[in-house]
Amino acid sequence: MAKSLGPVKRKFSPWTDPNAVPFIRFENITKRFGDFVAVDNLTLDIYEREFFSLLGPSGCGKTTLMRMLAGFEEPTEGRILLQGQDISGVPPYRRPTNMMFQSYALFPHMSVEKNIAFGLEQDNMPKGEINARVQEMLKLVKLEQFAKRKPNQLSGGQRQRVALARSLAKRPKVLLLDEPLGALDKKLREETQFELMDLQQTLGMTFLIVTHDQEEAMTVSDRIAVMDKGIIMQVATPAEIYEAPNSRYVADFIGDINIIEGTIADTTSALGAPGTVKIESDGLSIAVDQGSQAVKGDQVAFAIRPEKVRISQDAPADPSVNSFYGEVWDIGYLGDFSLFIVRSKDGRFMRAAQANVSRLVDRPITFEDMVWLTWPRDAGLVLTR
Amino acid sequence: MANVAEANPAPHTGGHSWTRWLVVVVPYVWLILFFVAPFLIILKISFSDTAISIPPYTPVFEGFGAIGDFFSQLDFENYIFLTEDPLYIWSYLSSLRIAAISTLLLLLIGYPMALAMARAPTSIRPTLVMLVILPFWTSFLIRVYAWIGILKPDGLLTLALQTIGLMGPDQQVQIFRTDYAVFIGIVYSYLPFMVLPLYSALEKMDNSLLEAASDLGCPPWKAFWKITFPLSLPGVIAGSMICFIPITGEFVIPDLLGGADTLMIGKTLWTEFFGNRDWPLASAVAVILLIMLVVPIMIFQNQQKKVV
Repeated sequence: MAKSLGPVKRKFSPWTDPNAVPFIRFENITKRFGDFVAVDNLTLDIYEREFFSLLGPSGCGKTTLMRMLAGFEEPTEGRILLQGQDISGVPPYRRPTNMMFQSYALFPHMSVEKNIAFGLEQDNMPKGEINARVQEMLKLVKLEQFAKRKPNQLSGGQRQRVALARSLAKRPKVLLLDEPLGALDKKLREETQFELMDLQQTLGMTFLIVTHDQEEAMTVSDRIAVMDKGIIMQVATPAEIYEAPNSRYVADFIGDINIIEGTIADTTSALGAPGTVKIESDGLSIAVDQGSQAVKGDQVAFAIRPEKVRISQDAPADPSVNSFYGEVWDIGYLGDFSLFIVRSKDGRFMRAAQANVSRLVDRPITFEDMVWLTWPRDAGLVLTR
Repeated sequence: MANVAEANPAPHTGGHSWTRWLVVVVPYVWLILFFVAPFLIILKISFSDTAISIPPYTPVFEGFGAIGDFFSQLDFENYIFLTEDPLYIWSYLSSLRIAAISTLLLLLIGYPMALAMARAPTSIRPTLVMLVILPFWTSFLIRVYAWIGILKPDGLLTLALQTIGLMGPDQQVQIFRTDYAVFIGIVYSYLPFMVLPLYSALEKMDNSLLEAASDLGCPPWKAFWKITFPLSLPGVIAGSMICFIPITGEFVIPDLLGGADTLMIGKTLWTEFFGNRDWPLASAVAVILLIMLVVPIMIFQNQQKKVV
């Protein structure tokens, strides 16, 4: 949140337009390595000029999916369409995609400028144009004075910039980024994320990024696909993924969240607005607005982000409001906010985050205090998957 | 610092530095005893004159009293003789030619082998390396002898070619006791020395470099010359040097497989030492050979430094 001066995002949502033609389409893609199913009957559309993230833990198939688009792997089943053209069987060197490798894969025997010029030379571009493009790329990644250096004479951050410049030099239709910022420290990573977004906007390319870093995915993407075990769990904008995850897996993978397992006890409107459900969980009763299609008796999970839970030493004035009473078990002071872990009498835990708006060192709520956690009916959600 | 020194028991530190000293010194002592000293003896003999005596040269070192006399008897006569008789110059040139051609052949055969090994699945690579090393389990001499059985006119090669009908029953393979047989023997014997350095250079190459080249529009055959080959150059140079240097001085293979006209300096050297019993001249031949080979070794080491 500290960096509010990022590029201003235009309203961009081709995926909501039923007439929009996807730029890249993965159609029923399955990829097996022996008995191992890396990607399982996956279908996904990516639109032109989109900044799209594949997010998931290692081994979820995200890198395999990207490598299939680059042409390093062929799908076992299904096909990949790029601008409506089936690209199966097209070798990587004939695909209009360029990739920035996780290891950067810079050619160690070539100077920075030779590395950047490599792709252009393959297209037999005239020498003068190559030089001009290399200069332009060097300027873009601010490495003009390092043109003659070899990769092993550069720092990690500089190498990453060379790799980026090299993959951008050919102006590919699609830029693939495989864990591009993994090797950088946090500060540099954040800076580079905003630079990437800037670049993507200026160059008007489609970016597909593979990452296991959810913050990175949230920051840069127009949309995120959360993957697990070769399938896509959810494809949505960062805000939707965060505020309306469709499953326990996505809810848990993105950010911090309280998940309380329970049963739907009541779905009648007697509780208030239509669609309100009541979840019973071992004596804890939670009312949720706009819950889901769940019916009475369903096993569900109630999920709520800690920052949506209020913490107070006073009992709520309205006894019908959702609440959780317990003892402050642990406090995590994170600077911008504090995380309170509260333990109920029956040994259940719930977390509440409170923004540290005032500069108090001694907080009114401390360890072993008995507190009330409360939240409105529309703050949490019901997960059936 | 003084406190630290007091805190550390002295014997321990002393023992530690003593072992370290030993580790450094032992190889040097070994080299001085078994390389530098024999070389100096050879160098001295090369400046001597032959004599019908034991040892077969003069002067013989007879204590430090006569040292001035001893040195005054040494001269460059043998070296001058080497330049006067074309046999020696031809031997050197022929050795260099055979070594150069053999090294090229080794490179042409060894590179694809090493590349195939390096690209083989990780699980079978140790087996492949083992197979390359396997011939070392049998005596080198026996393996070269075996080639006589294969290459001789009524040998296995003739038999095989006659059996498959490529050769009439009255025809025979005429390569035994020719330079061709020498090349076959050398290439066969030295192949592991070429393959292993090439393999170690190719094996540590990051496969993502080739993927990156392909991604940037470079087809595989072009990527080989632009990426794989330049990055394997240290291996190419190491393999070539490791083969070229001993092949130049090779004696056994040309002696067993080569003809009377196969001229190699190793054979000439042998003849001088044991045939003519001219130790001083033979020593001069050996010294010149060493000097000739030091040049490529220096080039090689220079290259290694550049790589590091």
